[in-house]
Amino acid sequence: MNRFTLKSGKAGLLGAALASVLFTTGALAQANEQFIPLLSFRVGPYAAGGTGVFGGMIDYMNLINARDGGVNGVKLAWEECETEYNNARGVECYERLKKKGATGGTVIQPLSTGITYSLIDKVAADKIPLVTIGYGRADASDGRVFPYVFPLITNYWSQNTVKIKFIGQKEGGMDKLKGKKIVNVYHDSAYGKETIPVLDAQAKQYGFTVTHIPVAHPGNEQQSQWLQVRQAQPDWVILRGWGVMNPTALKAAAKVGFPREKIIGVWWSGSEEDVIPAGAAAKGYTAATFVPSGTNFKVIQEVQKHVIAKGKGNMEDKSRIGSSYYNRGIVHGIITVEAIRKAQEKYGKKPLTGEQVRWGFENLDLDDKKLAALGAAEFMPSMKVSCNDHEGSGKARFQQWDGKEWKSVSGWIDADRALVRPMIEESAAKYAKEKNITPRDCAKEG
Amino acid sequence: MIYREAGQFKTSYAEDQRIFPIRQDRIGMALLLFFAFVLVPFSADIGALLPGALGAPFNAIGAVFSSQYTLQAIPIPTLIFSLAAIGLNILTGYAGQLSLGSAAFMAVGAFAAYNFMLRVPGMPILAAFVLAGLTAAAVGIIFGLPSLRIKGFYLTVATLAAQFFIVWALTKFDWFSNYSSSGVISAQKVVILGYVFDSPAANYLLTLAVVCVLALAAKNMVRSSIGRSWMAVRDMDVAAEVIGIRLMHTKLLAFAVSSFYCGVAGALYAYTYLGTVEPEGFSLDLSFRILFMIIIGGVGSILGSFLGAAFIVLLPIFLDNTLPALFGDSISATWTSNLQLIVFGGLIIFFLIVEPHGLARLWQILKEKLRLWPFPH
Repeated sequence: MNRFTLKSGKAGLLGAALASVLFTTGALAQANEQFIPLLSFRVGPYAAGGTGVFGGMIDYMNLINARDGGVNGVKLAWEECETEYNNARGVECYERLKKKGATGGTVIQPLSTGITYSLIDKVAADKIPLVTIGYGRADASDGRVFPYVFPLITNYWSQNTVKIKFIGQKEGGMDKLKGKKIVNVYHDSAYGKETIPVLDAQAKQYGFTVTHIPVAHPGNEQQSQWLQVRQAQPDWVILRGWGVMNPTALKAAAKVGFPREKIIGVWWSGSEEDVIPAGAAAKGYTAATFVPSGTNFKVIQEVQKHVIAKGKGNMEDKSRIGSSYYNRGIVHGIITVEAIRKAQEKYGKKPLTGEQVRWGFENLDLDDKKLAALGAAEFMPSMKVSCNDHEGSGKARFQQWDGKEWKSVSGWIDADRALVRPMIEESAAKYAKEKNITPRDCAKEG
Repeated sequence: MIYREAGQFKTSYAEDQRIFPIRQDRIGMALLLFFAFVLVPFSADIGALLPGALGAPFNAIGAVFSSQYTLQAIPIPTLIFSLAAIGLNILTGYAGQLSLGSAAFMAVGAFAAYNFMLRVPGMPILAAFVLAGLTAAAVGIIFGLPSLRIKGFYLTVATLAAQFFIVWALTKFDWFSNYSSSGVISAQKVVILGYVFDSPAANYLLTLAVVCVLALAAKNMVRSSIGRSWMAVRDMDVAAEVIGIRLMHTKLLAFAVSSFYCGVAGALYAYTYLGTVEPEGFSLDLSFRILFMIIIGGVGSILGSFLGAAFIVLLPIFLDNTLPALFGDSISATWTSNLQLIVFGGLIIFFLIVEPHGLARLWQILKEKLRLWPFPH
């Protein structure tokens, strides 16, 4: 009997201690801070992306706090919650963090298309902007239907038209695309299928033929698909890959002798982690990106000077600073900070609510001059968001893997927005109808 | 001392057949249901009505369950996965047919409910849930057919085919997602008799009610002749056949009922929790998690399904809340994330060593000890 009570007493104490830890952490948030929830993922198959992007973003926010003392004196605060790239966990993290901090969570960036979809209705109800840079729901670019969702810089559809333009450039003009053969090797999932309608529309417009070849998840065996590619003898291959599928595709292409110079990847297929495992087979492969790799940018050097050199860097592996995922994280940081700064112009230099920061995102205007002042000239495309256009840029550029690092092979290329925009509006209108949303009248927005 | 059934006599068959034969259990269950149905969602309201000291305990409970987080993000997924675990437990725990397709049947339920709501005008949501369950049951029967010929690990592999085929079909044929370019569906509003279920409390109560009704049905099913024939098939199918149990009928019924539960769980997952689902969300990974729930909770136990689901859903959340707070900034976020997995895995192994028959068995042992307490011999 004694043993039993002693044991349960111990367990009770431990439980109480843990519970007290659990319930006191919320009180640590300071009054004059802008709270940013981070739905990060640092374990599992996509850990490379999660640690890189969230590491970069945290380093940039640390830079703003250390060098400038915050955004106009308002320090940035954040808390991470591990989502494991799992939708249910993502929603749990969102609910956990959305009310924390002085003014609640002010911007959500889940870095996962699945979690993004799960949160779209919830953020509109809670009035917190959901920012998905380079991924997420393409038709959310129509800000009239999706006031709280911002698929900034480039959505999948825009980026795909940029790829066709790049191919056109290489061929010596868009009219040369006539009669050419393009094969779209895609990850057989919602993400992979998303660009098929755009490609089909462009094939009709420019007179090239397009063949879609699916690769089943996870894609670590692609022998038959690449034999199919070889039979089709395409002029170009578009690789819409994901994770382990990318290096496998490059190796399989090498095996069937398809020139890697003729393979154009989406930005999810364009990180160091996608090409290094393929070794020599990756040499010459080109991928789209909206942020070039490398440390040769002023903003990265500032981070190195003020954050990394002082031992406050978030990256475990310092050699990944300047890698594509890390640099993407810096862009996430820049956009977040500048949106807060913009919102402060209207609402005052104090911690703002999600609704106020949403205004900042909607009126964000980063031209080349502003980017140069931030040390991010050529580091990211210029962008101007509006009530109508929640994408704000549509630009992307291309870089080629030379076996050791990514080399830029183009300037910023504009998307074919005349083609993409009507598709976005059509899809958004369908969503509005399904959900009974009355689109906003942008003429009335201030 | 308090938990002793001495003096409780059963004088009728009805009393003998009760789910909870011991009075203390019945009182405990009633209190638990009262807590879940009344105190969790309405404490704050009750506290406001009652004066001063009388309302204080209600206010305290209300404060814990006031936020959307504690009312929606934690209990709802736990309940939904409990339901899915009950479904798998019926098939694996009671009928002995190992399955790796639970997540796929959840996907069938979610997409079926969406399509019934979308394509049938004026479809009531609860009817859509039932139809979703029936659709999943029909699909479950089809994929249960191999169980008539093969057993054990080979059957597991056959159900694995269901897992891959269903997710593939939902992605491949755009009709299922109403031609959405991304293959993602977005659940319609839940309206029952004109009341819109959009608050966390309403979603919670709806989920709780559905789960309670189905759990009660499951408990009664496994105590009835159906359940006994399942168990007979599980323990030795040849012998079961010899004593007159129709194998085909019994096995397919197990598949159908199991898939029905998973289907309803999937529909709830889409409508009361996530709001938006994609086929990839119902991956093999989720099937494994549901399997782990019943292994840890207790194979062949309805209570075990709840305990296992709570363990698998809540423990990682608890660790994610406590570990960073315990260690602060002394170790990096990457390490705390990995540490969570390490601790979680360690605890699973610990519980399996301490009690291979699952948490439900631990609970049973605890009750037996409690009967003798405080004078164990």
